[in-house]
Amino acid sequence: MKITVDEEKCCGAGTCVLTAPDVFDQRDEDGVVVLLDESPGADLQASAREAASTCPAQAILLSERA
Amino acid sequence: MSAPSSVLVVGASAAGLSVAEHLRHRGFEGDLTVLGAEPTAPYDRPPLSKQVLAGAWEAERARLRDEVRLSELDASFVLGDPAVGLDAAGREVWTASGRRFGADAVVVATGVRHRALPGQDELAGAHVLRTLGDSLALRADLLGASRSVVVGEGVLGAEVAATARAMGVDVTMVGPQPAPMAAQVGPLVSARLAELHASRGVSLRLGVGVRELVGDAGRVVGVGLDSGEVLDTDAVLVAVGAVPNTGWLAGSGLELADGVVCDSRCRAADGIYAVGDVARWWHDDFGRLMRLENRTNATQQALTVAGNVLGEDHAFTPVPYFWTDQHDVKIQMHGVLAAGAAVSVVDGSLDEDRFVARYERDGRVIGVLGWNMPKQSGLRRKEIVAPLSDPAGPLETRK
Repeated sequence: MKITVDEEKCCGAGTCVLTAPDVFDQRDEDGVVVLLDESPGADLQASAREAASTCPAQAILLSERA
Repeated sequence: MSAPSSVLVVGASAAGLSVAEHLRHRGFEGDLTVLGAEPTAPYDRPPLSKQVLAGAWEAERARLRDEVRLSELDASFVLGDPAVGLDAAGREVWTASGRRFGADAVVVATGVRHRALPGQDELAGAHVLRTLGDSLALRADLLGASRSVVVGEGVLGAEVAATARAMGVDVTMVGPQPAPMAAQVGPLVSARLAELHASRGVSLRLGVGVRELVGDAGRVVGVGLDSGEVLDTDAVLVAVGAVPNTGWLAGSGLELADGVVCDSRCRAADGIYAVGDVARWWHDDFGRLMRLENRTNATQQALTVAGNVLGEDHAFTPVPYFWTDQHDVKIQMHGVLAAGAAVSVVDGSLDEDRFVARYERDGRVIGVLGWNMPKQSGLRRKEIVAPLSDPAGPLETRK
C-alpha cells in the first residue's frame, strides 16, 4: 500500500488522525495533514483505508499495488 | 436479516457512493446498483461554494472518484434518471424514465434541495447553490456583476459571501439573525465572524428578514427587506436552508418527518436504510432523532450503514462535526451548540486570531470550536465524547 496526500485539498478535519493515528498527523499551525507513514504495514492498512474513504475532503489517495 | 445478495443505493453523491465503497471493502460481492438523479459522475459539494465558485478549481477536480476507481467498484451506475417511487415492503424502486429496480436491501441517499424564495425560479440572476451546475451558473453571473446580495447568513451564505468578495464583487449579506451563523456557533464566534466579513468588505444587513425578490423584465434587480428597503443588485444567492428530498417516497410506507425517520441503526424499514442529509435517525447518546446536513456525516454514516446492510448491528452515534472556510479563516465545530451554552476560550486567544472555544451546559462540554486551530480543536473533541457516552443515559434527557 502506498499513500499520498493532497495538502491543498485537506480541510483539516482530522478524521484521519482519529482513525489512523499511527499513519496521519496534522500540522500544528494550520491543521493540514502530515503523512507519518506512506507505506504502512499490514496491521495499519485497514485503518488507513478507512481514513482515506472517510476523509471529507478526499485528500488521501491509496494505491494498493505499490 | 441475513446478508443481502443485491443492494440498491438511491443517490450518487458522497453518502451513496461511500456506502457502495464500504460494501465492497467489506467483501460484498453481490449486485450493486447506484441510482443518481444528476447526469454527472459523483462529485463533492463543499468546493462548490469555495474553490469551484472562485474558479480556483476546474469542475473536474471536485469529482469524488475518477473513472478507474468508479469502474473498480464493479457497480452499475444509473445516472440522470431520478427515482420517483419506492415500495418499501417489496424493496422496489422506479425512476422517472419508468425503469424498475429491485434489491434485497435499499439505501436511500437522496440528500436535500435548497429552498427558493417565491417567484425565484422565474428570475434570471437569482440562484440557489446545491449542484455543480448551480455553482457554475452563479459564478458566471458573479463574473458579470458589480453588486450582489446573499440572502441567508448561515454557513453556505457566509461562504459564498466570502468567495464573491474575493472575486471582486460588492456583496451584501442579509438575514434575520444578528450575526453570521449565530444559530450554529453562538454569540461570541458569530460576532467575530461579523467583524471578519466587515473587515473584508462584505456589507452586513442582518437582523432583518427578506420580503421578496424584485424583478425587471425577467431578471432580478433587487432584494426587498421587511424594513421596506430595497437593495439594488445584479445577482442574488438565496441560501435559506434546505429540505430533505423525500417527495418521491410519499406512499412508500416509510415514515417521513423532516427526512426519512430511522432507528438507531439508520434502518427505516426491514431491508431499507437511509444515509446522509436525508436521514433522520435516532442518536442513542443524545436520546433524540437527529439529521445532519454536513459532509463529514455523509461518509461516517455510510460506514455504519454499509456494515448494518451486511448484517452487523451498530448504532450510529457520531459526535457531529462540520468545518467552514471563510476568507482566510478555518472554523471547525465538533459537537452541538445548545441555546444558552456557556462559551470560554481554552486555547489561543481572540487577539491572536487563533483560538479554541469550549461550549458547556450544565457543567458538561457539548461543543468545541476551532478558529484557525484545526488540530487543537480536534484534540479537544474527546472532551465531548466522554459526556456523550455517559452511562447515566442519553444527553438530552439527563438532568
